[in-house]
Amino acid sequence: MNPRRRTRNIVTFLFLSAFGVLFIYPLIWMFFASVKPNEEIFATLRLWPSEFVWESYVRGWLGVGRYNFGHFFTNTFILVVPVVVLTAVSSLFVAYGFARFRFPLKGPLFALMISTLMLPDAVVIIPRYILFREFGWLNTYQPFYMPALLAVNAFFVFLLVQFFRGIPRDLDEAAVMDGCNSFSVLTRVLLPLTMPAVISVCIFQFIWTWNEFFNALIYINSVSKYPVSLGLRMTMDNEGLVKWNEIMAMSVVSILPLVAVFFLAQRHFVEGIATTGLKS
Amino acid sequence: MKKSASFFSAEAEKKDAFCKQVLEIMTKQRKWQYVGLLYISPWLIGFMVLTLYPFLASVYYSFTDYSMVREANFVGVKNYVDMFTKDPDFYQALHVTFLYVLIAVPGKLIIALFIAMIMNIRLRGIHFFRTVYYLPSILGGSVAVAVLWRFLFMRDGLVNNVLSLFGIPPADWLGSPDYALFTIALLPIWEFGSSMVIFLAGLKQIPGELYEAAKVDGSSRVRTFFSITLPLLTPVILFNLVMQTINAFQQFTAAFVVTNGGPAKATYLYGLLLYNNAFKFFKMGYASALSWVLFGIIFIITLILFKSSNRWVYYADGGERR
Repeated sequence: MNPRRRTRNIVTFLFLSAFGVLFIYPLIWMFFASVKPNEEIFATLRLWPSEFVWESYVRGWLGVGRYNFGHFFTNTFILVVPVVVLTAVSSLFVAYGFARFRFPLKGPLFALMISTLMLPDAVVIIPRYILFREFGWLNTYQPFYMPALLAVNAFFVFLLVQFFRGIPRDLDEAAVMDGCNSFSVLTRVLLPLTMPAVISVCIFQFIWTWNEFFNALIYINSVSKYPVSLGLRMTMDNEGLVKWNEIMAMSVVSILPLVAVFFLAQRHFVEGIATTGLKS
Repeated sequence: MKKSASFFSAEAEKKDAFCKQVLEIMTKQRKWQYVGLLYISPWLIGFMVLTLYPFLASVYYSFTDYSMVREANFVGVKNYVDMFTKDPDFYQALHVTFLYVLIAVPGKLIIALFIAMIMNIRLRGIHFFRTVYYLPSILGGSVAVAVLWRFLFMRDGLVNNVLSLFGIPPADWLGSPDYALFTIALLPIWEFGSSMVIFLAGLKQIPGELYEAAKVDGSSRVRTFFSITLPLLTPVILFNLVMQTINAFQQFTAAFVVTNGGPAKATYLYGLLLYNNAFKFFKMGYASALSWVLFGIIFIITLILFKSSNRWVYYADGGERR
């Protein structure tokens, strides 16, 4: 490596590091603030706490009302897990239908589906709310399960269609020769090959549903059914100006699953992107 | 004679069989695979019930005074007229939302493109940086980050403390109407990672020979950027621009949790206006009309972006898009 290129690489490396620290520092600060004594959080610039107060996690976990964060986390899992599973299954079927079969109006329907990607949610949210209210689904998790079951988010279908298109049809035809029907072609032949994309769908949907705030706010109104996002905001509104370290502690806990999934799934992200990249 | 007749009939038979075969193949190709409809049926039902019906119903509601407690009465264009003549919040929300979009979207895309350009080199450990920069995008929508934002930009929060190190006087980032919107707009900018990844993928598609050729021609680095990189990246820029603009116009969580529209309605984004009218005052008819105006704005801006793309987006296949 010539010296000029080497200096350039070092400069780039330093710049990226500095910029990275700038962007990640708030998150690091949040973690350390959560274990600082309360009066120290805003009093000093020093990152390292004078003493570690893990108690903030215990007290924060107990929450402000009758329900603790264990309850909110359980709710969130009851909400998120079915949504992720239903989304993956329904999107897989719909994508398979669009990618592999010829049927009347297929072109227009596909175009319609893609156009919903750009349809602002704001314009359907009110009648949807009124509809779910008619169904008696307010204050239940049905408003989250049903759209997942019916593959309403076209992003996931589109992602899987793109992936299916990269898999040669010869494989399907060979499987049909061997006596597979269309369903077993999907489950036995295509599914194993699509796994990286299916995992991407699951990860994205997990993250989005975990962060879900607006829909939770409008559909869920009793505290006993609050997911973490609503529980955290309630705590913030009640005690946000006093027990800072407890709020920080619960904020840290609430994003921990996201960070864990993100780092664990890195490999799948890269594999998924690499496979689709090779195909194009 | 007999012999030639049989010859002919044999020929005809052959031809017949051939035609039959072709026809068979053609009908086979033409045959609809109705089972495909079965596979897409979940989406079809979902689309009809959860997208198309609400879409049309909201047109209807927007011409009524529906409020959930009373029956809906048809009121004509009253909601639309009221919005422009009687609702100062409407103008405030429009003003603030446009400002927000103008800060957040270009801010995010410029940083995303800049960092993507720097990261588009072969360097060990570059994947690590990609991970680090992507992290805020994953957390960005969460309430936890909105809470964090509130603490960071408090009067004696981290940001003011750091600025005071450089002798910059503390500002009331969330309490002053002059700064609050900017502070909220910093949140999506902080989440530039997802756009950056899309830019990076676009940069990787640019053939290396072009850069080689530019180098041979003695083109400067700035010139290369403006003559090669930027033009070839315009389709990706258009994609990011459209998606980010659509999202930015509908921003809700940050403004709701961090400032709840205040101070003095300086962060009263359109999403908040919609939420308050629909789910706080239960003025469903009026809120539907508001949502249609927002839809109209987004639609027109998207249309302008696409129409203008003929002028500034470079398509490698010669510009004919289908």
